Amino acid sequence: MSDHNYTPSSKFGKWFNDRLPLLTLANHLTDYPTPKNLNYWWTFGGILTFCLITQIITGLVLAMHYIAHADLAFSSVEHIMRDVNYGWLIRYIHANGASMFFLAVYIHIFRSLFYGSYKAPREIIWILGIMIYLLMMAAAFMGYVLPWGQMSFWGATVITNLFSAIPLVGESITTWLWGGYSVDNPTLTRFFTLHYLIPFLILGLVVLHIWALHVPGNNNPVGIDIQKPSKDTVPFHPYIVIKDLFALLLFMIVFAFFVFYSPNILGHADNYIEANPLVTPAHIVPEWYLLPFYAILRSIPDKLLGVIAMLSAIFILAALPWLDTSKVRSAVFRPLYKQFYWILVIDVLVLGYVGAMPAEGLYLLIARVATAYYFLHFLLVLPVLGKIEKTTPLPLSITSPVLGGSADLAMAKNTDVRKEKL
Amino acid sequence: MQRILKILFFLLILNTNFANSISAENSSKLLTTDWSFKGPFGKFDRASLQRGYQVYNEVCASCHSLKYVSYRNLSEKGGPEFSIKEAKAIAASFEVTDGPNQDGEMFARPAKLSDKFVMPYSNEEEAKSANGGAYPPDMSVLVKARSGGADYIYSVLLGYVDPPENIKLDDGVYYNKYMYGNKIKMPKQLSDGLVEYSDGTNATEKQMAKDVVSFLMWTAEPHLEQRHKTGFRAIVYLIILTVLVYFSMKKIWSRVETNV
Repeated sequence: MSDHNYTPSSKFGKWFNDRLPLLTLANHLTDYPTPKNLNYWWTFGGILTFCLITQIITGLVLAMHYIAHADLAFSSVEHIMRDVNYGWLIRYIHANGASMFFLAVYIHIFRSLFYGSYKAPREIIWILGIMIYLLMMAAAFMGYVLPWGQMSFWGATVITNLFSAIPLVGESITTWLWGGYSVDNPTLTRFFTLHYLIPFLILGLVVLHIWALHVPGNNNPVGIDIQKPSKDTVPFHPYIVIKDLFALLLFMIVFAFFVFYSPNILGHADNYIEANPLVTPAHIVPEWYLLPFYAILRSIPDKLLGVIAMLSAIFILAALPWLDTSKVRSAVFRPLYKQFYWILVIDVLVLGYVGAMPAEGLYLLIARVATAYYFLHFLLVLPVLGKIEKTTPLPLSITSPVLGGSADLAMAKNTDVRKEKL
Repeated sequence: MQRILKILFFLLILNTNFANSISAENSSKLLTTDWSFKGPFGKFDRASLQRGYQVYNEVCASCHSLKYVSYRNLSEKGGPEFSIKEAKAIAASFEVTDGPNQDGEMFARPAKLSDKFVMPYSNEEEAKSANGGAYPPDMSVLVKARSGGADYIYSVLLGYVDPPENIKLDDGVYYNKYMYGNKIKMPKQLSDGLVEYSDGTNATEKQMAKDVVSFLMWTAEPHLEQRHKTGFRAIVYLIILTVLVYFSMKKIWSRVETNV
């Protein structure tokens, strides 16, 4: 934290601030010293906040018109699309907003992976982030069920059935989750309730996420610790605010393109068919952002082990700060890690692709190899790499590479002093 | 800035590639035509929608419902834009059951603008028994409910051919080149001159298919024109704002010795 000894100029401000230090908080947020070499990959935190607020506001309006009932949900969505003023716009923003949210969160997560933002002293920020990501998946999944189309219904059936893999109590748990003996009206109403609740839990975690961030301050592309405030930092306002705004506007252009010109491209056509428990769609596929995990689930022949593998794939991320043994944060100075990083990116994209394909033949084989590699990356590559990798020299401060305009120059200068830092 | 452009470019490529791969998966072999509603400036062709309504009404409506569409929609902006008088006349030609009245009895009355399109069958079971066990799907959002969209429906309507020799069809099942699984319980519906267009357009099979699919695109996306128009404005607005913010950012960051 930068400075707590802020004194408001007005008398009332001082009186108020002594009782509730909101002005100190506001002052902290505007003055917050931020590394000045942050690149555009760092703007996604702000973009994600925008996504969350957008989802909450559009969701609020949709909830005013939506009817959570198995017989009425589908037609109430059509009512929103046809008769509610700008209902089509609000719903398309909400539906595509979920995809945009995940697009941004994946960039945010992979930025963290590249620059080692999860490493000490930022482990708690990272774990809070993984919790937010988990809740996002839960919210998105339940939200997809609400229109009560074919994919909603069958997606809900497939995912809730996963719980039946738990030994002994699995069946009872599934029945309890459904509120009956199949996905039906009680399932829909509770999913709606939870779908409304979760965003506010996420909001709470986001506050903690940012709070935890403001203790050590931002990581940066060079990944070294910096003095705050110093010539390496700029105040959050106006420097980072305007940069985040610029990036947000670019993001909104892409967002608008989806909403206005291909609003249904990220969804599945089957979800415009009303749910029918008697007709199973040819392929049941989740939304694109869940596909890598779906691929992992299906690549294991045993149901219980598949579920365990899928959950482990997410929870393993929480252990990442301890699995990665390298003390150097940024991949810029880790030639080997950089290569493995890109292999992981490709691996996850491949998993996403095979997740959308039928689980048979070559696709299944690819899914298995990719799943194995995913776990190998975290359980073997990262721990070993930290021990054997020869990292390139780190600069002493971010000002040197930034001022010199070239990272190499600064590194060459600092070669001798770097050893103590490591 | 160069980096940002690269990212934006990458996202757009990703977007278009993704779109192409999805549509290419199912529609590479589908028939298509010069849809007026395609593209960012796409609009409906009013005359085509009106003709499409005629085809729906005379050919499809005996089996397929449009339960989410109201008669008033026919005169609304961005649709077939029948005059209010025409829409009222169309509504009045159908009979709906209303009630109960003061005596507690249901009664029949001519449909009003506020009524939804009258359904051909009173329930799904009746629809099935009248159609050899197959349920003629509601067509309100049919175009959005099939991958391939308008092209797919258009292709199915024109895709009736003689089955290959190795395929045996049961009674009441027809072979269609484009239908999923190639088997369809709906017989071929369109043939040249089946309807007589009041505007004098030659009612060829292709013309009728095009008109009715345009009409169904409208029933599935009644606000498509408004969406395209609003989208254009929103994106132009965003681009201008982005440029302004970009220069503000450059100015602010010029105080710091670094590049944004």
